[in-house]
Amino acid sequence: QPSQAGAHTGTSPPKPAHGLGAAVGGPGGTSAAPCEGPEPLEGPEGSPCRGLPLALGCISRRDWAQTPHSSPAAAAQPTSPPASADGPGDGEKPAAGKSKAELRAERRAKQEAERAQKQARKAELSQAATTAKPRQSPTEPQSMVKRLPEHVQVDDPAAQRKLAKKLERQQVPLRQDYGTKVNLFSHLHQYSRKKPLTQQMSIPSTVIHPAVVRLGLQYSQGIINGSNARCIALLEVFKQLIRDYSTPPNEELSRDLVAKLKPHISFLNQCRPLSASMGNAIKFLKKEISCLPDTLREDEAKEKLQDVIDKYLREKIVLAAEAISRSAFEKINDHDVILVYGCSSLVNRTLCDAHAKQGRAFRVIVVDSRPRLEGRQTLRRLVRRGIHCTYVMINAISYVLPEVSKVLLGAHALLANGSVMSRVGTSQIALVSKAHNVPVLVCCETYKFCERVQTDSFVSNELDDPDDLIVLRKGQAQLGGWAENKSLRLLNLVYDVTPPDLVDLVITDLGMIPCTSVPVVLRVKNVDQ
Amino acid sequence: MEFQAVVMAAGGGSRMTDLTSSIPKPLLPVGNRPLLWYPLNLLERAGFEEVIVITRKEIQKMLNLDTKMKLDFVCVSDNMDMGTADSLRHIHQKIKTDVLVLSCDLITDVDLYKVVDLFRTHDASLSMLMKKAHEPTEGVPGQKGKKKPVEQRDFIGVDDTGKRLLFMANEADLDEELVIKRSILQKHPRMHIRTGLMDAHLYCLKKYVLDFLVENRTITSLRSELIPHLVRKQFSSPPSLQQGLDNKEEDQKKKEQASLDIYSFIKEDNSLLKPAPDNSCWNDHRGDMNETLHEGKVRCYVHIMKEGLCYRVNTLGLYIEANRQVPKLLLNLGLEESLVHGSAQITDRGMVGSDSIIGPSTQIGEKTSIKRSIIGSMCTIKDKVKITNCIIMNSVTIEEGCCLQGSVICHNAVIEKGADIKDCLIGSDQRLETKAKHVNEVIVGTEQLMEI
Repeated sequence: QPSQAGAHTGTSPPKPAHGLGAAVGGPGGTSAAPCEGPEPLEGPEGSPCRGLPLALGCISRRDWAQTPHSSPAAAAQPTSPPASADGPGDGEKPAAGKSKAELRAERRAKQEAERAQKQARKAELSQAATTAKPRQSPTEPQSMVKRLPEHVQVDDPAAQRKLAKKLERQQVPLRQDYGTKVNLFSHLHQYSRKKPLTQQMSIPSTVIHPAVVRLGLQYSQGIINGSNARCIALLEVFKQLIRDYSTPPNEELSRDLVAKLKPHISFLNQCRPLSASMGNAIKFLKKEISCLPDTLREDEAKEKLQDVIDKYLREKIVLAAEAISRSAFEKINDHDVILVYGCSSLVNRTLCDAHAKQGRAFRVIVVDSRPRLEGRQTLRRLVRRGIHCTYVMINAISYVLPEVSKVLLGAHALLANGSVMSRVGTSQIALVSKAHNVPVLVCCETYKFCERVQTDSFVSNELDDPDDLIVLRKGQAQLGGWAENKSLRLLNLVYDVTPPDLVDLVITDLGMIPCTSVPVVLRVKNVDQ
Repeated sequence: MEFQAVVMAAGGGSRMTDLTSSIPKPLLPVGNRPLLWYPLNLLERAGFEEVIVITRKEIQKMLNLDTKMKLDFVCVSDNMDMGTADSLRHIHQKIKTDVLVLSCDLITDVDLYKVVDLFRTHDASLSMLMKKAHEPTEGVPGQKGKKKPVEQRDFIGVDDTGKRLLFMANEADLDEELVIKRSILQKHPRMHIRTGLMDAHLYCLKKYVLDFLVENRTITSLRSELIPHLVRKQFSSPPSLQQGLDNKEEDQKKKEQASLDIYSFIKEDNSLLKPAPDNSCWNDHRGDMNETLHEGKVRCYVHIMKEGLCYRVNTLGLYIEANRQVPKLLLNLGLEESLVHGSAQITDRGMVGSDSIIGPSTQIGEKTSIKRSIIGSMCTIKDKVKITNCIIMNSVTIEEGCCLQGSVICHNAVIEKGADIKDCLIGSDQRLETKAKHVNEVIVGTEQLMEI
């Protein structure tokens, strides 16, 4: 019985038999969801705020680019094993005798039969259920099924039920939401740090690898913060997972390993929603695993995967940081006053390198905001190197901006329309800087480029623990009893989106590009892969 | 595998010899279950499937536990006076991962994930459990007067968050002053020092601590030697950083000492944590320029319970206290559908209080009132007996007309008619004559008294 993780892709359109045209935007439904395009739809009439985010347009870039990316590499969606059984296997397996082809044909026929059965069953069920959402039913087989990712559908019970079922199947506990949410953000998850996911798991964790449990705890408690740090930690843990993995008999490593990774990714997603950098890294890894030639022995395959991950880390993160640091150095002039916000590992590294080169004398203004107060970590790192720093809170930026010569910001992700998704407060800084005619430079590695398009910060965001906003002053916790007050809601947003016209330059490892060139980079990246 | 659990059940119960001279401590009945059942139940509820139990041969023979876990009994002989650290050293071949050490006398309903999460999240060397000590309010049999034996206090220093263990010292080791190293205060300016915390003897230890223990044969006890050593080591720098040794001889000595130092056991496979904290914007302290966690490799954490039950049954008073609280615990766990066992034959149901536990096959006569007591199995209690606040173990016979209050009656004792017992401890196999009157006495056999 081949273990097929594609069992839940029941609503996908039936794939053409030759496999290569496998719908790219199709039944990807994995936790690498942040980079998938949701589709523009009207929601049920009941919820008042539904129309708002969708009307503002959260469109998949593939729609307006109008080119379904049917490149073979992109089609190798490793999450749909039926496709991948046909895809990479075809091109790379030599004709090793009739028996293998026969077996494959048999398997394919069985899968088609099962899929047809499931379609029939689903059609029956959907007739009984009254879902106002047409997106669940396949419209035309050729059009790509567009789905909203689960993490922006928290107020939709059907989607949550689906998620609960999926997690139950993977034996990953479901994290409960905490506290009343602000209405406008009721479609997002809000978790409490005091109720970690490990509460519902057995103590020597057997289903989830202990290193992943530790990583998940570190994410949810905020010990590992920042998109680079999270991605690096994730890849290191994946390396360990691969080291500890052994293929069960009668299974192929390329398919089984991806299936084994899925519960771990779901677990991490439950601990803290995946960042765009992590999503891209996971996509890359899954592709690499499913592209492994079958001729490799298990230990060779594992070693190859370790090398591949190391290469990704080195090239996309470490060397990219160095390249960006060098490019940014050209932009820093003598006697510059640079404004930075929050704590971005890339910006910190840039400034420290620039200072170490001792060619330019500059000083830095660090802007900070509650509740995270990450600017203090930036301050600590810069002052240790001897950089002259000033520290202000974000409500003082209009006071300091007249003396600032440029603003250097980090990014969590760069969206396909050129918007910058970064820590909440970044868009404010960009806006006020624009008003003062101060150039805004964003540093971002290319691996954080994301194919999503967002024009506002409401649709897809992250809600942090609202209890972080409670402050202890002289032993009294203001807002301590916020939960009892029915008309009080606390909102602790993590990210916000800066429109591209507020950003003057994006410094990437491919060079310095204007914000509007981001789709070009994405297209080039896709073609490369 | 993430953890291996070890339960230490070889200890003697040296602080309650009256009870333990006849019954080994792990088998003492609390709520009609052997004491060892409680830590094993805690582990089973948490999800452990295998436990290593270090015990003595005679205890293992007498044990009869119904548990779904796989118990791996390791017997140590009675002659060797093994401390807890010695026992761990004895089984170190079996330990392949991090270890969770429990003592057999721990009765608690703590959420184990809280202790273990501290261990996981911060990659700690040690994570332990503590609770505010509860003074037993009721009288303890055999205690003359109200004076409680003075326990040596423990001074525990925690940081601002209340999770990081900074300082641990016992009053016995201090002369007149409490000495705190300046390096601790420099790194953690705000430290809360607490006394009155009871150590639950539940430790999560990393594998390299066990390796260190194996090499360092001088350490015999976990609680009194290893744990304070680890807490102190947090703030001492690794020997490699100490430079400037010119003397060759000194070098040699340092080298030998270095090999016994715990830092040499910490393997550098924590490379996966290395790059991430550099990039991550989290810090465990603020106000200074130092790196997260001050780049200390040894970290000790403690979870201090605020609510819930946590008892270490190592004195008579705590044993009685635990017996009082255990019915509630068992009900919460949903283990006792009714506190009165089905096979007990009770003539007057109404006279048995709702918070009393009656064991199987016990016979209770008419007009016998039982309040707030625990009665073991196969007891025979005749008519017109009044039992209040007592702990009665198995196979005890109580004749008519007795009146028992606040007492502990061990196995197989026989109390003749008309006896009036208050606040006493009656040892195993004792026989009290008719119309005996005892107040606040300990009655044990002479052969038991001879054991020191």
